[in-house]
Amino acid sequence: MRYIPHTDADIAAMLQAIGVSELDELFSTIPADCRLEGGLNLPEPMTEWELRSLLEALSKSVAVSPEYRVFLGAGSYDHFIPESIHHLLQRGEFVTSYTPYQPELSQGTLQAIFEFQTLTARLLGMEIANASMYDGASALAEALLMALRITRKRTVALSTLIHPSYRRVVQTYLEPTDYQIIELPCLTDGRTDLSSLAGMSELAVVALQSPNFFGCIEDLEKAAATAHGCDALFITAFTEPLAYGLYKNPGVYGADIACGEGQSFGIPRSFGGPCLGMFASTMKYVRNMPGRLVGMTTDLEEKRGFVLTLSTREQHIRRAKATSNICTNNSLCALAASMYMASLGGTGLRELARLNYDKTEYLKGLFKKARFTVPFESPTFNEFVIEMPSGFADVRRRLLEKKIVAGLPLAPYYPELTDHYLFCVTETTTKEDMDILVTEVKS
Amino acid sequence: MSEFQGTTGLVQNEPLLWEKGRKGRCGFSLPRRDVDSFPLTDNLAGSGPDFPDLSEVDVIRHYTRLSQWNFSVDSGMYPLGSCTMKYNPKINETLAGLPGFSGAHPFLPAALSQGILRLLFEMEQYFCEITGMDAVTLQPAAGAQGELTGMLMMHAYHKMQGTQRSKIIVPDTAHGTNPASAALCGYRAVPVESNDEGILSVEAVADAMDEETAGIMVTNPNTLGLFERNIRKISEIVHAKGGLVYGDGANMNAMMGIVKMGNIGIDILHLNLHKTFSTPHGGGGPGSGPVCVKKELEPLLPVPRVIEENGRYILSEDFPRSIGKLQAFHGNVGVIVKAYCYIRSMGAEHLTQASRCAVLNANYIKERLKDTLHLPYDVPCMHECVFSDKLQNPFKVSTLDMVKGLMDYGYHPPTVYFPLVVPGAIMIEPTETESKEDIDLFIEAFKAIAREAQEDPDMLHEAPQRCKVRRLDETAAARHPHLAD
Repeated sequence: MRYIPHTDADIAAMLQAIGVSELDELFSTIPADCRLEGGLNLPEPMTEWELRSLLEALSKSVAVSPEYRVFLGAGSYDHFIPESIHHLLQRGEFVTSYTPYQPELSQGTLQAIFEFQTLTARLLGMEIANASMYDGASALAEALLMALRITRKRTVALSTLIHPSYRRVVQTYLEPTDYQIIELPCLTDGRTDLSSLAGMSELAVVALQSPNFFGCIEDLEKAAATAHGCDALFITAFTEPLAYGLYKNPGVYGADIACGEGQSFGIPRSFGGPCLGMFASTMKYVRNMPGRLVGMTTDLEEKRGFVLTLSTREQHIRRAKATSNICTNNSLCALAASMYMASLGGTGLRELARLNYDKTEYLKGLFKKARFTVPFESPTFNEFVIEMPSGFADVRRRLLEKKIVAGLPLAPYYPELTDHYLFCVTETTTKEDMDILVTEVKS
Repeated sequence: MSEFQGTTGLVQNEPLLWEKGRKGRCGFSLPRRDVDSFPLTDNLAGSGPDFPDLSEVDVIRHYTRLSQWNFSVDSGMYPLGSCTMKYNPKINETLAGLPGFSGAHPFLPAALSQGILRLLFEMEQYFCEITGMDAVTLQPAAGAQGELTGMLMMHAYHKMQGTQRSKIIVPDTAHGTNPASAALCGYRAVPVESNDEGILSVEAVADAMDEETAGIMVTNPNTLGLFERNIRKISEIVHAKGGLVYGDGANMNAMMGIVKMGNIGIDILHLNLHKTFSTPHGGGGPGSGPVCVKKELEPLLPVPRVIEENGRYILSEDFPRSIGKLQAFHGNVGVIVKAYCYIRSMGAEHLTQASRCAVLNANYIKERLKDTLHLPYDVPCMHECVFSDKLQNPFKVSTLDMVKGLMDYGYHPPTVYFPLVVPGAIMIEPTETESKEDIDLFIEAFKAIAREAQEDPDMLHEAPQRCKVRRLDETAAARHPHLAD
């Protein structure tokens, strides 16, 4: 086997050095009633070429663009990834290294994470960001736990316009605790109704997503004021960070924590993972933050260098009293996002965000012209909801055969929104794709 | 004797991203604009982030130079104990990047994603076979999230039995993630000491276990690299009091084809695909931490689950007793594809040989270094061996000094100061992918360092000398945190 270098002679020499006569003797400390009899029952080993054929066949059965026109977003977005990033991300020095516990041999990863922390903080308008979390959903759950630790209160208010899967993850994380979750309903304009919160004193934190699950930009100024008026923290979550290339960021509105999904920044969708949890806050709360942090320092010769720092918050030092159990983060995804942000630059990010916005408005306009209903009038980023005539489910099924995935039905997540569909447009969607979609939907 | 690998060569300095570039550069081929511009609500528009503008060449050189400051498995032996830094096969990287895997949207209808669903389904079957468990979730994003998933299921199980429990037994050799994961479920971790042979005694567990205790978290082989040979009796004691046995699979690399955890009393087990199943660590993730359970816990697994119906695969949310979701979608599929490729390449025969050779390599190092370094538990080990700095302390040389010295010889240090039960621990896990000649050279390097400790300890105090930077001031970094520019 090409991954195991030992020859029979190597094994014999090593066994001799150990003082045993066969490999099996090395397992003599395992009691007989724990040993497996008869070996494993798995498919025969494949050659590299057989494996490639198998995986190519599996891959070919999956619907992807450009063969399919896929108008799905909902937390996982199709954006162009420059070849330069694919190329850099194959470097074994990044891919096959471990967590940078030994800084002298890990300055590449450490500087790259410091840069990621800085770019993330700048994007979100926050003072600091961590080295990344698993995904947007678990980042939100961790943000809520952080807010509960800081405020020592017990009630959490969540907008129902936060991604439904994110809310389910939050419920799962909070289930064993006795914290209360209040769900904030949706206004007719597609934004969150905050009216139930006025004067609530037991509230620890208010969390909104912007752009929200319907693509609408929330009134973050009002939400922050409402939260802070209740002496609660304010969290802005997101699934599409590209929106902040165009719209004001969470920091402008005074968010205490901004967290969400960074997949849009140079990470392929991969059926939903790996993703990139982005997590930012203010310096005041740094000792309550979950996850790894990289800090700048100097070496013996006064040269600049980077190290993992403030690790007394973490599980490997503090064990049961840690701010989180997170250990491995999503470092390589953070690296991809940094490369993406660096490749776009401030100017490019702004242009790309504007293009996403304009294309989305174009499709929204086409639907309106064709007399479909846009039920929520708030400004959006690259997603929006259309109310379809009843029976659209059949049309959508027929369009799958024409290799068009016409939006995501909302009824499974919001039972009252029958015949409502969420459509997504990015820079990879062409005018022709959109023209064809609306023509087909009409017919 | 062969030359040691450590040497010096030209390494280039590289500033921070925002210390280079010029306003107006762009390293991105911006897509064609084929629609008009539409008006934007003024009071919502921001000014955009303050990012540097760089060309593609700027970006390529920046990250190429940074990469050259890293040590990696591709460059040399990386014997971090408990981390299983084995070789990461390149074909797996390529295949995970195939468009049907990398480009798939997580909400594609089942009919349009059969290839991925089949792969996930088969992967669950393989993990059941390797571990002897009955059902699997692939959703957790890393081992620590797998532990949390396991703890949430344990919590849900006791709730189902009608009585919630407040404590959980965690041995003193456990990874820090164990007590931290248990704490998230409100469990108080009750530490249990290992005995003078470095393993759990039946009596210690029997004394700690009661009907207020939800169960026990066991890493087997444990972090001293020793098989917990009382595990069956320990499981019986825990089960008799209504508790569950959680197995931390961090050290599964010694066990493939040797022991099935499902046969020795484990109820819940997580796997780290980035350890045992060869997916790369990526400088700290993304990982993947599947959780395997026995039949009676299957209804509690996270949703959605992949179901087979007449040769077709679907994702089902229809599990009313499920604990819920740990990730927005279906876990780190991009990582799971690589582990699938590994298992299909290895088959039963080579997976078993991998475990055997991992154990051979660790025992070989243990035997050949035990006169050089203090060996606190001189018994046959599994995939890793744990030494200490006791023999070097009289020369005022610590574990940290020795492993910093090891860098100059061209090696990444082993795991140090863990497990906590061995003061000054040096935990070496060579893995099965290191050859005899590379291991011999590593042993010689450690022997040379031990001689330096006696003859010229200051040389080790000054180490490393050949890396991009010298020892860094970690105290200053923590005292005055500079976390962003």
